[in-house]
Amino acid sequence: MTTTLIVVLSLGYLGMLFAIAYWADRRADQNRSVISNATIYALSLAVYCTAWTFYGSVGRAAATGVGFLPIYLGPTLIAALWGTLLLKMVRVSKGQRITSIADFIASRYGKSHLLGGIVTIIAVLGIVPYIALQLKAISRSFTILLTYPEVTMPNAADSLPLLQDTTLYVALLLALFTILFGTRHLDASERHEGMVAAIAFESIVKLVAFLAVGLFVTFQLHDGFTDLFDKAEAAGILNPLIVDGMDGYENWFSLTLLSALAIMMLPRQFQVAVVENSSEHHLRRAIWLFPLYLFLINIFVIPIALAGQLTFAGADVDADTFVLTLPMAYHQSTLTLLAFLGGLSAATGMVIVETIALSTMVCNDLVMPGLLRRWKQIPPNADLSQLLLRIRRGAILLILLLGFLYFRLAGEAYALVSIGLISFSAVAQFAPAMIIGLYWRGGTRDGTLAGLLTGFSIWIYTLLLPSFAKSGWLPVGLLEDGPFGIELLKPQALFGLTGLNEITHCLFWSMTLNIGTYILFSFWRTPRVNEATQATLFVDALKHQRFLGVGLWRGTAEIDELLHLAERFLGASRAQALFQAYATRRKIQDIKQLPADAETVHFAETLLAGAIGSASARVMVSSVTAEEPLGMDEVLNILDEASQIRAYSHELEKKSQELEAATRELKEANERLQELDRVKDDFMSSVTHELRTPLASIRAFSEILNDDPEIELIERRRFLGIIVSETKRLSRLVNQVLDLAKIESGRADWNAEDVDLLEVIEQALASTEQLFAERGTQVVRETPNGACMVTGDRDRLMQVLVNLLSNANKFVTEKSGIVCVGLHTYHDRYEVSVADNGTGIAAEELPNIFEKSRQAGTASNKPIGTGLGLPISKRIIEHLGGRIWAESDAENGAIFTFAIPKKTE
Amino acid sequence: MPKKILIVDDEPNIVLSVEYLMKREGYQVTTANDGQTALELLSETKPDLLILDVMMPRKNGFEVCSEIRADPTLSRLPILMLSAKGREAEIKKGVSLGADAYITKPFSTHDLVDMVNKLLKPQD
Repeated sequence: MTTTLIVVLSLGYLGMLFAIAYWADRRADQNRSVISNATIYALSLAVYCTAWTFYGSVGRAAATGVGFLPIYLGPTLIAALWGTLLLKMVRVSKGQRITSIADFIASRYGKSHLLGGIVTIIAVLGIVPYIALQLKAISRSFTILLTYPEVTMPNAADSLPLLQDTTLYVALLLALFTILFGTRHLDASERHEGMVAAIAFESIVKLVAFLAVGLFVTFQLHDGFTDLFDKAEAAGILNPLIVDGMDGYENWFSLTLLSALAIMMLPRQFQVAVVENSSEHHLRRAIWLFPLYLFLINIFVIPIALAGQLTFAGADVDADTFVLTLPMAYHQSTLTLLAFLGGLSAATGMVIVETIALSTMVCNDLVMPGLLRRWKQIPPNADLSQLLLRIRRGAILLILLLGFLYFRLAGEAYALVSIGLISFSAVAQFAPAMIIGLYWRGGTRDGTLAGLLTGFSIWIYTLLLPSFAKSGWLPVGLLEDGPFGIELLKPQALFGLTGLNEITHCLFWSMTLNIGTYILFSFWRTPRVNEATQATLFVDALKHQRFLGVGLWRGTAEIDELLHLAERFLGASRAQALFQAYATRRKIQDIKQLPADAETVHFAETLLAGAIGSASARVMVSSVTAEEPLGMDEVLNILDEASQIRAYSHELEKKSQELEAATRELKEANERLQELDRVKDDFMSSVTHELRTPLASIRAFSEILNDDPEIELIERRRFLGIIVSETKRLSRLVNQVLDLAKIESGRADWNAEDVDLLEVIEQALASTEQLFAERGTQVVRETPNGACMVTGDRDRLMQVLVNLLSNANKFVTEKSGIVCVGLHTYHDRYEVSVADNGTGIAAEELPNIFEKSRQAGTASNKPIGTGLGLPISKRIIEHLGGRIWAESDAENGAIFTFAIPKKTE
Repeated sequence: MPKKILIVDDEPNIVLSVEYLMKREGYQVTTANDGQTALELLSETKPDLLILDVMMPRKNGFEVCSEIRADPTLSRLPILMLSAKGREAEIKKGVSLGADAYITKPFSTHDLVDMVNKLLKPQD
């Protein structure tokens, strides 16, 4: 293959990436984000899989079999914790506009410049080998491709003159590309939608390429997995891989732990997982989709390693190149190019994101503090956004050149995987400060500083020095005998610890001492005000609905000054647009009318934090405002108040629920009352109607008699008789209304005497004898012998019986009526019934027959009465501890029965 | 020839008093105790005026009134409602159903007689 073809292909691919990024950026500017999508978020996380995964996994599998797996096991396991751990990091970072891992740690421990700087230095030093690894992968795959289809291993990196080394041009090209990607403008939120879209695309390309090679090797070259494994076993290369790979549980454990920490701590992972996150909801899909991606890209690692060893048995072919050299060996030109592109995308993805993340850190946490010191904390009166961009671009170029340098000097000494693990071990040093700091309030800046420096020193001593020694820069005796011949200090067997591989050895000592000193120095003194403030904001991040920093500032500020400050770092138009948006959010028309209160100052500070880091932003904002320092007590009060407000609002919510319940009950009660009111209204209307009728007769006849004194005596007597009887009816009615009112209000007098029910029945029949006789009604008794004693009020019981008897008489047909009075004895009560052979009561009337004003009035012969007899009877019987009911069918008339408990002995 | 009046009420004493008053004025009187009977009597007696109670068994006064107004042969028959139902809404209901007058019980005998005379005065 010609150089031209490969270069054109590579540039074409990079051009396409740039087009994707440009398109996504345009969409973002139009508020139609393409990356605001959980799947794209998960794919962008796959920037974890670099050239090291693409080429190196096979290399490691060829050397240690399944030993390559822990690197993917760790992230898979820790992904299960993303729902809390990563969510917390995302929420804190959004609240404080944290733009890098250095910013995060600096911010957590009181916005410390020193910590930010140290983290940046560790990150850059730790990551440079990793970048070198990517450069090495690209340039090697390029060189190997040139001899297609002949498989030859390229010469060692340092054998070429500097300017003829393709790696240099790869580094420069990538620097240019990254600058175009990451520093087109200075964004306040420091998000790069275009970059994320391109990374997600690259994740697909590398997965497809790797799967294609895997499928080709497994199903084209061999007849599937079984065939391949059988052949490998026959060749005697299978067992060493599987069995030896399972060896050393402590190594498995340490690599799993290391990679779990790395995926949280690598600057590029922090960039895509936290800084570029556009919605917390996206985390949920990433929790399973990202591990799935890792699974897919690992399926064919062992088959490719086995096939490579079978194919190139005896030949000098590096296992790290099998993904590329296998298709070459079988003259698959298209697949070869696809594999090359897959490796290219794995490497470029890592380099782009990593250098952008590192350049942000270098600019915000290393250069800015220096500049601020030079400006004596007052920035020059000029547009500084271009300066910031220039710093970042310079940082990108510098980091890539450092990577190239490392590649030239040390690149050949290690396989891909080992270089990656050295980087992992470096960034793992951030874990105690990050993770413990998210859950423990007691951590201080001093503790973090001590932990980071100790851990990093151990890393240099136990991993970096040996790598230099192996490269020949340092005497090998250092490794074999220890410095000055002191065995205990041997870098790879520190304090006599042997039997572990160098990575596990380093992880053990660095983590133990890192965590130990972090906690020890944190306990040295209690956290200061700014540390305690930040500790609460970080630790309680998931409890707060809204970022709490607002209440933690007090002082005076000028809105012009804040705006001016933002203009200098973000550019005038951008700053004004952001301030205008903020003013609109606060429902204020004009920026100038914004109150320069804690909220506005906080807004300005977070805006700047996005551009220059939180520690520098704090310094800048203090330079234009007069802040009154808050005492520890005050801060604690404010934070306490916030938690009180939370408790209060919780209580309020409870109260409001109770109120709702009470309202519901009130509504129901009101409905019942309205119903009662309606019944009462009907009753009044019915009573007045009943009153009006006799009154009408009385008035009419009185007037007739009054008008005409000449009326005949016989007529006169008749009319006067009517007047008298209607007056009696009226009095009876009034008495009954009063009676009912008295019973209902509980003011009635009740006797509690021994009463014989049979006596009452006889008395009642005696008093109604005349009524029955008038209508010719026959009365039948069905009563037992002997006394039936109850306790109650004799007169009231009489009243009930008389009422029932006269009702019955009213409803029977004249001359042929039969009324039957019965008394039945039960073990605890007597039941007295009055049955008639009258017209009966309609079924729909029955339930209401004892209600006031519900006189059964639709029968053809309307009963003459007040309609109050039954309601009164019901209340009397109930007062005496009994109950009353009615039964009826149209043919046999009605039966009214009441039950009264027997007298207790 | 005297004018004929049909008195409908389920209270015997009311019927008695109104009958006496109307006869004293020289009208010819028929009586009924419920709504259904009243409707049956209408075609038979062809009264010139109806004095109608409201609360009655077997068709109340409102029902009788609306049936009469729906019948083209009876639609011009004057109706005087005489009821113990004295609420504003009930009076309005009676009038809207086609009653020519609505007098509440207890009533003034003079007002009743005057109203009957007025309703029966030959229309020019």
